[in-house]
Amino acid sequence: MPHPMPSFGSFSLILALALCVYSLAAGALALYAIAHGKPLAVPPERLRETARRAGIASFVAVTGAAVALVWASFTNDYSVAYILHHTNRDLNAAYKFSALWSGQEGSLLLWAWLLAAYGFVLRVRHKVDVTLSAYASTILAGVQIFFLLLLNFAAPPFSIAPGPVANDGFGLNPLLQYPEMVIHPPMLYLGYVGFTIPFAFALGALMMRYPGEKWIHITRRWTMVTWLFLTCGICLGMHWAYAVLGWGGYWGWDPVENASFLPWLTGTAFLHSVMMQEKRGMMKAWNVWLIFATFMLSILGTLLTRSGIVSSVHAFAQSSIGNWFTTFLVIVFVICLFTFFYQRDHLRSENKLESLVSRESSFLFNNLILLAACFTVLWGTLFPVLSEFYDGSKVTMGPPYFNRVMVPVGLLLILLTGAGPLLPWRSTSFRAIRRNFVLPCIAIVATAIVCMAAGVRPWQDDDASGGIYALVCFALSAGVITAIGAEFLRGAGVVRTQSGRNLFSSGILLVRRNTRRYGGYLIHFGVIVMFIGLAGSAFNQSKELEMSFGDTIQLGNWRIVCQSYSQDSNANFDTDFALLDVYHGNKKVTQLTPERRFYTASQTTSTMVAIHSTLARDIYIVFEGRNPDTDRPIIKVFLNPLVNWIWIGVFIVILGTGIALTPPLLPVARRVEVPTAAAEAAHA
Amino acid sequence: MLRRCLHVLAICVFALTVLGASSDDTRVDKIGHKLVCQCGCGQILMECNHVGCPVSPVMIDELKAQVAAGLAETVVLKFFITKYGPISLAAPMRGGFDNVAWIVPFAVLLLATVGVAFLIRYWRKRHAGLPAPSSVGTAALPLPSVQDRIRRETDYDNWSEK
Repeated sequence: MPHPMPSFGSFSLILALALCVYSLAAGALALYAIAHGKPLAVPPERLRETARRAGIASFVAVTGAAVALVWASFTNDYSVAYILHHTNRDLNAAYKFSALWSGQEGSLLLWAWLLAAYGFVLRVRHKVDVTLSAYASTILAGVQIFFLLLLNFAAPPFSIAPGPVANDGFGLNPLLQYPEMVIHPPMLYLGYVGFTIPFAFALGALMMRYPGEKWIHITRRWTMVTWLFLTCGICLGMHWAYAVLGWGGYWGWDPVENASFLPWLTGTAFLHSVMMQEKRGMMKAWNVWLIFATFMLSILGTLLTRSGIVSSVHAFAQSSIGNWFTTFLVIVFVICLFTFFYQRDHLRSENKLESLVSRESSFLFNNLILLAACFTVLWGTLFPVLSEFYDGSKVTMGPPYFNRVMVPVGLLLILLTGAGPLLPWRSTSFRAIRRNFVLPCIAIVATAIVCMAAGVRPWQDDDASGGIYALVCFALSAGVITAIGAEFLRGAGVVRTQSGRNLFSSGILLVRRNTRRYGGYLIHFGVIVMFIGLAGSAFNQSKELEMSFGDTIQLGNWRIVCQSYSQDSNANFDTDFALLDVYHGNKKVTQLTPERRFYTASQTTSTMVAIHSTLARDIYIVFEGRNPDTDRPIIKVFLNPLVNWIWIGVFIVILGTGIALTPPLLPVARRVEVPTAAAEAAHA
Repeated sequence: MLRRCLHVLAICVFALTVLGASSDDTRVDKIGHKLVCQCGCGQILMECNHVGCPVSPVMIDELKAQVAAGLAETVVLKFFITKYGPISLAAPMRGGFDNVAWIVPFAVLLLATVGVAFLIRYWRKRHAGLPAPSSVGTAALPLPSVQDRIRRETDYDNWSEK
């Protein structure tokens, strides 16, 4: 056998496909027989069990394929076209591993593997609810088949490179040679793929007319963990863009970024509105469609960015597999639509809204804003295609468009983040509203005044809109933080009165008693901290200069002085770097060394940004290269306020999700002896 | 108090409209942020960090020349549309079908808000019109207390910790 590992990988993928086809066919047959009481040659329960085991075995098979590809990468097997095009001998071990998801075929294999891994956990934990898990497992097998068909026929990762085996590979895209790229794609894919599980449970529950809301409880943790992965994946991508691409920003409204944002928005809407179904049995049909939409948007995002329908800077991921995704999307939509209409009477609400000013209506408006944001992003992403179709001219939908339409929507969302949790369920009184909203309103006004006193006076700028939005964002954020803080302190005060503890331990006890609620508040707090960081971008400044030794760039109170330039080299790349002293006033703060690298295998250059980060601002320096005419180095310096708040906000969101996922303390059950009549008689 | 608020508002509006007059450099920077570099990098013209880019210095020089000639922003943008095509604008601003890009998101948000408000009103009316539930369980759905109990007893969190 000339290529043992590629052959093993290909065989594993075919085996996985066969196992998933069996899992789908046997599972569907067994569930149909059980639901309609039809006899089969084999007892349907046993058939269902074999389907589950085939699904588990598919995970082993896909793992085999993934290991084969990683093995080929580490052993420099350039007979495999994928390894030839995405690695080279001198590549760092971590990047050889990350080559698994650096190209089209490998990233689809990662997707299939994660899907199989999620399926493995679902199938192993089937005792949570055997029948519902069987439905979800069967639906999941259907999704797995699609990805395995892609890997076997449309984008095979083990295809052999034509001609004699090359001595070295073409290398990994330099932009991907950054530590975050080792974890960002898996994290993002964990998010995309993870939404398949709540989708499978929701569709399964609808197909079998599952009684009650237990399926939501089963999928709640899946959904939250998936949402967290997607959030982390998106934010890691932002940080990578900020630290690697060297344009001073973290979000450029590129179609690939938008594609990840779409399911995040609907997933967030689902996490909120599902509470109404749990608490009051409302919005059942809405929730089902939200989770269907979240799954379909994950697929649509992949279709948009890999088919070349819209142009993206992530060109390395484009190919001609768009038709496969379109077909799959249509099939999924038809199945969802048919199941919904067939079973729609099962989704009747148990309660209706009683007041326009209530927690329920705030959830409804929260969903409205999130879906409006989702629609706006999708609309902006697809508008170039529509424009080309309508008048033959392709337009660009860049940051100026998205910032103008999305910022007002974001501000509305901040407002609801603060107002929603202050409203009680069912209905409220004017007195309660006044009591809950006075402090946040004072905080809003006070913050606006303090910001203006501190120099945030957008009406003095040439382009006032950014500054005004930032001012409104700071003020509203202060209101929301006050509302969250006041709500927490109110609860802690009640616990203190009940338990006699101090306020701090009462606060901890309060959180432990209702982890979901206070975890949710912490997530809101984290999101607001992120919003504050995002609003800081309205005050970004930058300057670019050809710098020789001793030259200076002055930006506000900051001064950048060029000390020297140097060069270094290793087997993978040659680097050209600058030594720049950073002064605040007359005090030297730090020395930064922005780099420009030339990767020998791929013959491409890449920047390594140098950042001095504080809570107030980032000094962000890019070595853009040398002027081809003068050979003098070009340095660009950015002064980006509040960027760190974004990353801190992400950590708070992670902490809040962790708390929300933790089981709450249950009330202590006291055993009370109740004397029976016989015991009393005996005692007498 | 209201008069003072109106004064502040009037000052803001005045500042936004009158203080907009700016230097050439600021105008170049402002208009340059509404254009996209045409080298294929997809970046905003003034943010293109592609060293040796054959296109962005040419475009920036053209922009400076147009601004120095004292042309209005729309005229400058039209120059770039004519030379490089509408794709050179960072956002659709040509009027006509481009307006649809701006109107639709806000129209959808507005319509959805009105729709939700009407829906809530309709639900409230229907809720108010319903007869009070009888004590005998003739309704298709169980009583709220029974529903709460069902929900509590099928709560996975509690169930898993018991």
